[in-house]
Amino acid sequence: MKSEINEKELLEGLARSDRKAVETIYKENYNMVQALIINNNGSADDAKDIFQEAMIVLYEKVRSGNFELSCQIRTYVYSVSRRLWLKRLQQINRYQPDMEGAGETVAVEEELEVHERLDTEFALIEKGLSSLGEPCKSLLEAYYLQKRSMSEIAAAFGYTNADNAKTQKYKCLMRLKRFFFDQYKTTEK
Amino acid sequence: MTQETRMLDSVERYIRGEMLPDERVYFEQLRKTNAEVDQLVVEQTLFFQQMNRFGEWKKFKNSLQDIHTDLAQQGSINSDKLKGNAKVVYLWNRYKRVAAIAASIAGVTAIGLSILVNSFGPHKESPKIQALVNEVKILKDKAKVLDTKIENVDRKKADNTTTIIPKYNGTGFLIDTKGLMITNAHVVKNSRNIFVQNNKGDQFKAFVVKLDVSRDLAILKIDDEKFKPSLNLPYSLRKTPSDIAEPIFTLGYPRDEIVYSEGYLSAKTGYNGDTLSCQVGIAANPGNSGGPVFDRNGEVIGILSTKEMQAEGVVFAIQSKYILQALDELKKDSLYHNIKVPLTSGLHGMDKVKQVEKVQDYVFMVKGD
Repeated sequence: MKSEINEKELLEGLARSDRKAVETIYKENYNMVQALIINNNGSADDAKDIFQEAMIVLYEKVRSGNFELSCQIRTYVYSVSRRLWLKRLQQINRYQPDMEGAGETVAVEEELEVHERLDTEFALIEKGLSSLGEPCKSLLEAYYLQKRSMSEIAAAFGYTNADNAKTQKYKCLMRLKRFFFDQYKTTEK
Repeated sequence: MTQETRMLDSVERYIRGEMLPDERVYFEQLRKTNAEVDQLVVEQTLFFQQMNRFGEWKKFKNSLQDIHTDLAQQGSINSDKLKGNAKVVYLWNRYKRVAAIAASIAGVTAIGLSILVNSFGPHKESPKIQALVNEVKILKDKAKVLDTKIENVDRKKADNTTTIIPKYNGTGFLIDTKGLMITNAHVVKNSRNIFVQNNKGDQFKAFVVKLDVSRDLAILKIDDEKFKPSLNLPYSLRKTPSDIAEPIFTLGYPRDEIVYSEGYLSAKTGYNGDTLSCQVGIAANPGNSGGPVFDRNGEVIGILSTKEMQAEGVVFAIQSKYILQALDELKKDSLYHNIKVPLTSGLHGMDKVKQVEKVQDYVFMVKGD
């Protein structure tokens, strides 16, 4: 019973990006995933990538307000990592239907679908931002990600007043939206 | 700002809750009546949410990377530890704030301590500057000196211009063609007989024309049949102030032979802000007193006089304008009213070896007893 309460607390901490909680989950599960990857033609670097992606899947799940796992964190992370690794192996044509590792697994298809969608979305934003170049990238990041005020931004970027900074930001935002729109059109085709 | 920019700005301030209550009421009204504005608010709210999620995702992803490195370092997970340089870089990044704080505390403490030591420590009233005159150790050779003196008396009967036993020696240089020479007052003020010697070893008798102890300047006149006036002097006296860091050089007689050394102008004033002199960074020894300080054009900017005893390479030179002043005062005397001080240097643009070659014949050792 006690471990269940702890797990719930950990997941709530994870949803808040609480460093302590994330560290605990990381510490308790990493070695297991690394063993799985290394036993199945992977390297320590692959293990790190896969495990961190599994952590993100878990993070996305709790962020959506779902703290009720049907299983232990351990089982969940193992299942996700296994799926992700299988997929990676498939991509490089080294699919092994009889993947080694006797860990208990649960169905995680739904979450992985969500994860994949989010992954593409975020990758697109990242690509869009860096395609803008400077000063647009930093300007938009300062306002939309770091949530700084326009007068602060004007001072930090050396604009004579906030209005000039706003004009520049508007232009940058329009360029970013055009980028998204173009991408959307090409994926629709 | 264009209308679109202003509109977007209003929408964003509305979403971020940065509007004043009145403005907010007005904007909500506008939203209700204008579908286009409403559409923009919805669209921009979605964009905000998307960017928010993206920002948090990115932050989380980065924190995973950090945690991985930390845990691997602690040995909590079976991942490779960083080795060698990578480890140093990692530790530095991790602890640089701590290091910076520690360093600044150490700095503040050190400065505080030195202030305390300075304000409460004993102040010794020691002589801080030393005249560059070479005081030959008389006591050591007292008996010898007495012996030679007796000899001298004998020889003087035969030859009027024999050597003296110098108690002081320094350096001096010609300031006109007829044998007027400048040196430091402290080189000659206690001397009865003065001799000057050029770099070839020829000695001439000289006497003091003007002694200005307050400026530490002495003007000598060579009074010897053997001395042949030269046509002109290669250097001139500089009237304008010199600039810090200007390269300079000097010639002098710290030993029996003429010695060249070079340096730079360090400060426009001398010891404790003395405006009479300036500070130069040059290697100078007793015997260099009275030596000319030349700038790169071969103009005399000063005359070496003293050095700080507690610091190496801190030497002071009397500025050339005071030489000119002393000469002007001398000109009032009818005997010397037509002395001609060279006003242009003939050494412009020459390389240093050439300059020194031209100048060295006009720099003399000054000996007094």
